[in-house]
Amino acid sequence: MNLMSAISVALLALRVNLLRSVLAMLGIIIGVSAVIAMVSVTEGAKRAMEERIASFGANLLVIRPGSSAFGGRRGGAGTATFMTDADVEAIRSEIPGIVAVSGEMSGSQPMVVAGENWTTNVQGVHSDYFEARDWFVESGRAFTPAEVRSGARVIMIGQTVATELFGAADPLGQTVRVGAVPMEVIGIMAPKGQSSWGSDQDDTVFAPITTTRARLLGYQLGVRDPVFTIYAEVAPGTNVSHAVADIEELLRIRRNIQPGAEDDFSVNNLAEFIRARNETETQLGVLLAAAAVISLLVGGIGIMNIMLVSVTERTREIGLRLAVGARRADVRNQFLIESVVLCVTGGIAGMAIGVAGAYGIGNLGDFPVSIHPAIAGIAIGAAVFVGLFFGFYPAHRASRLDPIEALRFE
Amino acid sequence: MAPPLIECRDLTRVYRMGGGEVRALDGVSVTIEEGEYVAIMGASGSGKSTFMNLLGALDRPTSGSLRVAGEAIETMGPDQLAAFRNRTIGFVFQQFNLLARTSAEDNAALPLIYSGMKAAERKERARARLTQVGLGERMDHHPSQLSGGQQQRVAIARALVNNPRILLADEPTGALDSQTTVEVLGIFDRLNADGITVILVTHEQDVAAHARRQIIFRDGRIVEDRR
Ligand SMILES: Nc1ncnc2c1ncn2[C@@H]1O[C@H](COP(=O)(O)OP(=O)(O)OP(=O)(O)O)[C@@H](O)[C@H]1O
Ligand SMILES: [Mg+2]
Repeated sequence: MNLMSAISVALLALRVNLLRSVLAMLGIIIGVSAVIAMVSVTEGAKRAMEERIASFGANLLVIRPGSSAFGGRRGGAGTATFMTDADVEAIRSEIPGIVAVSGEMSGSQPMVVAGENWTTNVQGVHSDYFEARDWFVESGRAFTPAEVRSGARVIMIGQTVATELFGAADPLGQTVRVGAVPMEVIGIMAPKGQSSWGSDQDDTVFAPITTTRARLLGYQLGVRDPVFTIYAEVAPGTNVSHAVADIEELLRIRRNIQPGAEDDFSVNNLAEFIRARNETETQLGVLLAAAAVISLLVGGIGIMNIMLVSVTERTREIGLRLAVGARRADVRNQFLIESVVLCVTGGIAGMAIGVAGAYGIGNLGDFPVSIHPAIAGIAIGAAVFVGLFFGFYPAHRASRLDPIEALRFE
Repeated sequence: MAPPLIECRDLTRVYRMGGGEVRALDGVSVTIEEGEYVAIMGASGSGKSTFMNLLGALDRPTSGSLRVAGEAIETMGPDQLAAFRNRTIGFVFQQFNLLARTSAEDNAALPLIYSGMKAAERKERARARLTQVGLGERMDHHPSQLSGGQQQRVAIARALVNNPRILLADEPTGALDSQTTVEVLGIFDRLNADGITVILVTHEQDVAAHARRQIIFRDGRIVEDRR
């Protein structure tokens, strides 16, 4: 019996029991749609992650007092001594391969201009900050090292702040009252979008770190020229872990840490941190894959069940086919093909639902979805495999029937 | 002289079940020549169906030898038996055994699927056979849309579709009324006149009267063989 007529026989048999066929397919439909939604969503998340790493700068080091800035294994940043401008200068002059280094210190401040009011995060930074973060002004200019030294009353504003305070008007040259201090807008930052934590990076203002220290934040921190965080950019092609080790050694000396004692600061590579997060997402993907495999398994058992029922119901038909010359292999193949057709039909339906579901999840959670063309192959492949695997036993049973007994079956 | 079409020697079929055994056929020896028209008769349980199933290669003897159309049935493997059933034998059952929700044409063409024949040729042959049994007008009808006699005619067309040398019919008129019985027997008569060997099982004397030879079974043995 050739394949085409076998498939048409299979399709006929499935049509005859349409509702039952659909119910039997349900497990496969759910399994395949889960696989596809899962793959598409994790793939999209992975891509977005790569883009974020690229946008943040793969070679950016973040240095903070306290233990790991992200892990929080030990005491928080507040318990350790702040770093200072002097540390920034030491890193700049003593660590090879550092192209830009800047301190940062920030706080929330109300901003007022012509009756408009907007509270945002004001970041005091050195002039190297923008190179380290790969983030530059779109219009106007950045403040100069001289302005940082003199504590000039100038700010650069993010896109969100520009819109909130000025609407469509041009903010350049305007004076904004930041806290109690009037400051001149000299630049507008290029749009940056969301951070990997989901916050709006454009909702920010940059000022010389000296100005924020003296006039805005007014912290009494007990050290001279404190900074919360130091950002350092390693030159491309430099070994990042060497740079990290060099900085750690330098800071241990500067902060008088005895040999054997633990660091009271941390140096983190942001790209690495994002990759680590990515890894947890991969683990999530593995979990989802396991769920998908289980649902395919359950779906396969459903198929096997329905195929066994079908074989029993059609015992007389099998007997007849054997009596008119079907070989055992013909009967086995007929039921195998039926099982595969059932699964593939379910697989195609599952694929459609999975793709729609992936876009739905993407829309709801507002994250990107990446539908790979190979998805169709994976779905059909999984369906064929399940069909063959779980269809084999019922098909084999059908093929071993004795023609006479089968014909006599009531 | 050509060897006989069917030659049984000491044919025995024993069913073992539970403790005991049933000798459904107990040393049957008989020859049937090409072109014969044979009626098999006997009481219920006398072994008629068992004998037909052996002739049709649906079953294998416990002992004894059976040559049909030059082939030793008892030595053949499952695939050879399948091919033999497909090409040499046409089987008609009491219960028609048509595929439900399948047209008369597709039912009649069923054996040809297993001969590896192309769809167009299958269709043509099935249609020719259906026309031959007087169902030319009902090719597209499903079994549920056909009378018992018409269903049995579809089954006969199916049995004939692969040009078998032997037509085996186990109580083909058992489920039919007397009018359709006459029609179906008319078909058998014509087929036999065309040279096909016809062997049918029946309980009815007037059905058996159509055949030119009557073989009577009792308790798994042939007790009478008259022409
Ligand atoms: N599969 C089987 N297992 C056990 N015993 C069987 C089996 N098939 C047939 N028999 C026994 O073999 C004997 C012959 O059965 P068979 O069907 O050949 O009779 P028959 O002459 O066709 O009867 P009927 O006229 O009722 O169709 C009976 O005693 C029956 O019970
Ligand atoms: Mg019988």
